[in-house]
Amino acid sequence: MKNEQEKSPGIMAQPIGRLSFLKYSGAALAATGLLVAGCKKDDDDPNAGSVDLGSGDTGILNYAYALEQLEAAFYIAVMDSPYAGMTQEEAQILGDLKQHEIAHRDFFKAAIGSAAIPSLEVDFSSIDFNSRASVLGTAKAFEDLGVAAYNGAGKLIADANYLLLAGKIVSVEARHAAAIRDLLNPGSADFAGNDVVDTNGLDGAKTPAQVLAIAGTYIKTTIDASHLPA
Amino acid sequence: MKMLSILEKLGETKFDFSETKTRRESLFSISKSGKTLLTAALPIGIIAAVGTDAKASPAGIASTSSTNATVIDVLNFALTLEYLESQYYNLGTSSGVILAGDVAVFNQIKQHENDHVAFLQSTITQLGGTPVNSPIFDFTAGGAFNPFVIYGDFLALAQAFEDTGVRAYKGQAGNLISNDGVLTAALQIHSVEARHASEVRRIRTKNGFDTSKGWITGNSRGTLPAPTQAVYDGEQNVTQGGVNVTTITSVGSGSIQEAFDEPLTDVQVLAIANLFIV
Repeated sequence: MKNEQEKSPGIMAQPIGRLSFLKYSGAALAATGLLVAGCKKDDDDPNAGSVDLGSGDTGILNYAYALEQLEAAFYIAVMDSPYAGMTQEEAQILGDLKQHEIAHRDFFKAAIGSAAIPSLEVDFSSIDFNSRASVLGTAKAFEDLGVAAYNGAGKLIADANYLLLAGKIVSVEARHAAAIRDLLNPGSADFAGNDVVDTNGLDGAKTPAQVLAIAGTYIKTTIDASHLPA
Repeated sequence: MKMLSILEKLGETKFDFSETKTRRESLFSISKSGKTLLTAALPIGIIAAVGTDAKASPAGIASTSSTNATVIDVLNFALTLEYLESQYYNLGTSSGVILAGDVAVFNQIKQHENDHVAFLQSTITQLGGTPVNSPIFDFTAGGAFNPFVIYGDFLALAQAFEDTGVRAYKGQAGNLISNDGVLTAALQIHSVEARHASEVRRIRTKNGFDTSKGWITGNSRGTLPAPTQAVYDGEQNVTQGGVNVTTITSVGSGSIQEAFDEPLTDVQVLAIANLFIV
């Protein structure tokens, strides 16, 4: 790419008549086409829709960052166009969740620094943002998934400081999950229902592979988690 | 973590609630303070368990007895809190104090706390340890509360217990990092306690006792009595992993405070629990 650019001044230095301008344009277009093709071949995957979370604790932090990106994008979309009949309580809760998830997302981006994965492209085509049932059902799925993701990732973290950080966030996700579940079925046992809490009184715990298989429905970008600790 | 050293630290701790006015608000200083209260309140079972751990460990796991003893100590600490919660909800759900619309919620919480007691006892035994016995609890804290008669009191203590439980498990995670299975299980209990906390907080608001949300804003205890402030101190933190989060996001500081729950140390947790231990 650099070589092509370095040639350009020489070409541009020539007087350009109408004819030669056309010829030059054609050459430039051809060169551009080659360059794009060259990028695809030479580089692994810049902007090609795939990101590698990385390894070690950084990989786990990127994994969390990916999930927080998904959650933040979801609640931003929810509050950008609230479903009809959204109650004041629902708006307050969903608005709070939006703020919390943005805070989590921005925190991870800053904490991971230059090793942070780029912004992911989400796919919410399966969600009907005009439907209360669809929005709250998705919120419930995302929050339960977040809880199980952090619970399952704890043992993969080597640094106790990062483990504590994960602990600080997962309990907030669990608070969210309970509130959303209670909106869907008020006053019931569903806030910590038997579908997520087992007979030992333990909440869910999922591996990154299990979590990403579920989250993948909502993320266009291909996520490579193959280097995460296991 | 060694419970005996905790005992020593507790003996040095000074509690000063002299600014509190009413009897209800002065429950933390009722009749006893400092070493007398804390020594009397620490469950004898914990001391006994710590004293026998190392000697009682089978020779086969002697090489890991130090690590194992730490894990067992943490589990016995957690078990003590679960005894408190399970007995509280067992008494609460049979007292008739709970409004009909909230019974399903508290039956579920009761079930989980009893499950946690059984699970922790079983896990401690599997690790070669001895589960501590339950302390004897006084949920009136010397007459300051009447939780099995007055619903507002019942909900207030439930919130304080659940929010404390979340912080207690969070504070111990690092001490379990050597044991993947126990760490994961502790995290799985931790998030269940957080679900409980969120629900109880919102029930208090639904019933007009408070305006609290499912999450903790700043270090606010809402309308809970002043002595419960220890349950919320430190929750206003906005610096995470060395990053002052207020400087790297457009989100306001109140929401940032809500977005991160904070831990408590074992000493801080026992100081709270001791109020309800005879």
